[in-house]
Amino acid sequence: MDLFEYQARDVFEKHGVPVLAGAVATTPEQAREAAETIGAKSGGVTVVKAQVKTGGRGKAGGVKVAKSAEEAEQLAGEILGMDIKGHTVHQVMIAQGAQIAEEYYFSVLLDRTNRTYLAMCSVEGGMDIEQLAVERPDALAKVAVDPNVGIDAAKGQEIVDAAGFDAETGAKIVPVLEKLWAVYRDEDATLVEVNPLVKTNDGEIVALDGKVTLDENADFRQPDHLALEDKAAADPLEAAAKEKNLNYVKLDGNVGIIGNGAGLVMSTLDVVAYAGEKVGSKPANFLDIGGGASAEVMANGLGIILGDEQVNAVFVNVFGGITACDEVARGIVGALDTLGDAATKPLVVRLDGNNVEEGRRILADRNHPLVTIEETMDGAAAKAAELAAQSAN
Amino acid sequence: MAIFLNADSKVIVQGMTGAVGMKHTKLMLADGTAVVGGVNPKKAGTSVDVDGKDVPVFGSVKEAMEATGANVSVVFVPPAFTKSAVVEAIDAEIPLVVVITEGVPVKDSAEFFNYSLGKSTRIIGPNCPGLISPGKSNVGIIPGDIAGAGRIGLVSKSGTLTYQMMYELREFGFSTAIGIGGDPVIGTTHIDALEAFQADDDTDAIVMIGEIGGDAEERAAAYVKEHVTKPVVGYVAGFTAPEGKTMGHAGAIVSGSSGTAQAKKEALEAAGVKVGKTPSETAELMREIMRNL
Repeated sequence: MDLFEYQARDVFEKHGVPVLAGAVATTPEQAREAAETIGAKSGGVTVVKAQVKTGGRGKAGGVKVAKSAEEAEQLAGEILGMDIKGHTVHQVMIAQGAQIAEEYYFSVLLDRTNRTYLAMCSVEGGMDIEQLAVERPDALAKVAVDPNVGIDAAKGQEIVDAAGFDAETGAKIVPVLEKLWAVYRDEDATLVEVNPLVKTNDGEIVALDGKVTLDENADFRQPDHLALEDKAAADPLEAAAKEKNLNYVKLDGNVGIIGNGAGLVMSTLDVVAYAGEKVGSKPANFLDIGGGASAEVMANGLGIILGDEQVNAVFVNVFGGITACDEVARGIVGALDTLGDAATKPLVVRLDGNNVEEGRRILADRNHPLVTIEETMDGAAAKAAELAAQSAN
Repeated sequence: MAIFLNADSKVIVQGMTGAVGMKHTKLMLADGTAVVGGVNPKKAGTSVDVDGKDVPVFGSVKEAMEATGANVSVVFVPPAFTKSAVVEAIDAEIPLVVVITEGVPVKDSAEFFNYSLGKSTRIIGPNCPGLISPGKSNVGIIPGDIAGAGRIGLVSKSGTLTYQMMYELREFGFSTAIGIGGDPVIGTTHIDALEAFQADDDTDAIVMIGEIGGDAEERAAAYVKEHVTKPVVGYVAGFTAPEGKTMGHAGAIVSGSSGTAQAKKEALEAAGVKVGKTPSETAELMREIMRNL
């Protein structure tokens, strides 16, 4: 889960990382009130910053300096509702103005390739770091961080030396890096990025803008993280699926997909996309009912998919490993019987593996007019793509 | 010989007395795996009747190894306890630990993997189905009846795609099929498995299944080009996955151009690996190879 800038600021503050005052606002009035308090610390000057989980908001006009609380209100009015790369701005952060002398870059993240952590640091911050990495890779220091050791004073010194800071500035930055490491470690982050990390005219080091990605697998030991979720942004079908503990991602096609196992479902999307090329059908979603799914889970999944108005046909693709095919078949029959006349979309079912004969027998016995049984994954994908295209016409 | 797991493997189960651990202990025993014990400090000294076989429970991995000569541990404990279970197995110097548990925080995986470096334990997983050397041993949750022994080696990030591919190629059978898991940090990689299959006298050809995210497939492709002389067939899932969305496996996320299915397919093909468009087409490519061997 990616955090908004203001959430990252709050998390930084909690761990003692130096940040400027900031508050989130969802209306221009709130922005003015926040600017009155926060601006008092910086001669009335504040920065109004669009809160969107994408880069390039400065260029898009989503970050503006306000010289008064009234101007902050007016700017917030302009920025709220703005569209930045497909993200609507619902919130702005009112931040204290800063006298910036120099801008730097720092991040610590998971390095999948080397199965360790990586710290990246540059004396040139504030710009697009991916661009810097490509254009002048020497300006971006990369230092491996042992997950079992982390960034202590020695590692922090190694990082600032590699980045080429002068001794005085480096000495001020090292303790900040140690605190950013505490954010990474204690919050179960997979990315902590500060861009820019600045030195103010007074010589203070401040994290001016932060990006934090949290590992949702760690939610069980991070009870505070639940409150950081952006529920407003979730697709309604995705939210409904999440409530039923289903692993669902909404896509933009007309063939609903249900399967078991992330790899098999991803593969199913691909096979449907290929089969659909000829007839103009595309996968409508990703839905993994997981290992050992019961009839109830299958019925829940089918309920979500049939609730998607874009779906014209459904492909159920199950390889029974732990999941038993008879449970899947019972789930399909149960869901269709519960829905009754409300079920109008054709279902193509391909079952293989654990208890497949029993599964196929249950479906054959019920002989539901909407259900087609196919023997192979490719054949079933073609059939589902074809049915979805027909229903659309 | 098969890889990592053979007829001599003696297996202990960490988390055997839990519901999932018990279910799969039964299935592993039914498939002929030599399950010699379970580990649970609270139930040390007791034993569990698993479908008529008396399986002793030990207080620690070390005790279990000393008493039974176990050389493989399989971990079914919940995510909150997985790291300490794996660290215990590493400290006991067991040669192989297979971590089935799904949903392990990546911090924990990064910590136990780095802790294992320079020590004597190979880790497979986490969030993986385990591995099977048909007719010899089966550790984890791969159904034992999909395919029998044969001369194909299979390595895959995904569990169900492992099953699907074993099913498609059941007429030939497998030396070993191994699911390495799709998490961002895993103990055994495609390259480790490719290296072992290349050295294994019982393996004639290799199927490699990957999916979007990371660059493991690209690096495996480079490895194949340099070091693998046996025929390799590949499949990559996730061509239609949208950018920035996680699809089930924590690792199956595409952000930016690197890590896409297309990039992986191209890297594999450039290394001389035949890549199928669908699992069925991939299986067909392997059938042709096996028929012509």
